[in-house]
Amino acid sequence: MEENVLEGLECVYVKPDTLTDKYQHYCPGCGHGVVHKVLMEVIEELGIQDKTIGVAPVGCSVFAYNYMNVDMQEAAHGRASAVATGVKRVLPDKYVYSYQGDGDLAAIGTGETIHTVNRGENILMIFINNGIYGMTGGQMAPTSLPGQVTSTTPYGRDPKKIGYPLKITDLLANLPGAYYVTRQAVHTPNAVRKLKKAIKNSFEYQLLDRGTCFIEVVSNCPSGWKMTPVDTIKYLEEEMLPQYPLGDLKVPQNN
Amino acid sequence: MIKGTVKIASEICKGCELCIVACPQDSLQLSREINLRGYRYAELKDDNCTGCINCALVCPDSAITVYRMPKKSK
Repeated sequence: MEENVLEGLECVYVKPDTLTDKYQHYCPGCGHGVVHKVLMEVIEELGIQDKTIGVAPVGCSVFAYNYMNVDMQEAAHGRASAVATGVKRVLPDKYVYSYQGDGDLAAIGTGETIHTVNRGENILMIFINNGIYGMTGGQMAPTSLPGQVTSTTPYGRDPKKIGYPLKITDLLANLPGAYYVTRQAVHTPNAVRKLKKAIKNSFEYQLLDRGTCFIEVVSNCPSGWKMTPVDTIKYLEEEMLPQYPLGDLKVPQNN
Repeated sequence: MIKGTVKIASEICKGCELCIVACPQDSLQLSREINLRGYRYAELKDDNCTGCINCALVCPDSAITVYRMPKKSK
């Protein structure tokens, strides 16, 4: 066994078995890989691999079903939450989650997202927010920051002309259907630990059938932002986090 | 005294250096060689790893396995 390779040392961290061995197509330093890993760790720890159904989006994480070793369903662009609704209603005893990026959840699928949470569907929605359209070549997303240079806003995003960043997580926290809404990040080890706890709580809340759990993950995009992965961590901390402050936006009430 | 060590899957590593930044002991570095896909990969530089798993937590490609000396039972 692998655990006995090194004499006298015990294995304290290993890649979860629920993550497949397939080589991930993400760019070096991309936050998607971290979220995939943490999500699969939680599923392994809770022992719900055979009871979980994921819904993959369109975007960079379109091949999420290749990496997550659970039952997966691909959805049309922006409609992952609608598909997850259907899956959960047909199979109410399964744990269902949707995994979407900002172009998917906050741009083309805004309607589906808001109505899914408004109906209080008993699913977990994971939203990866990197403020840019990564897959198509770094165009402006609704979540792009004011002044952020992207390939469609070469002089920086001007809020006067193209609006302000869409803080969809804040919007959703106001809806009565939302049960647990939180914003996490992946830039430091501690942020990853908190993210893991949030995902674990969300899966446990699904048993209670109280409403939608929504986790926004502020992530990076080295290729889209045109920076090295180490610089994206700095940019995320200095520019993204003031716009998207971390923390719980809606915590479950004990009643 | 070694308290821990890491094993990095050099073929999976894409050399993003996030683990190097996250390491509180500064014991990781990029290799001089490149792997099959043309990336310089992370490797252990010094033998002062404490097995804190920070590097493994931030690794996007799950390439790092961490080993640690078991705590002595009192």
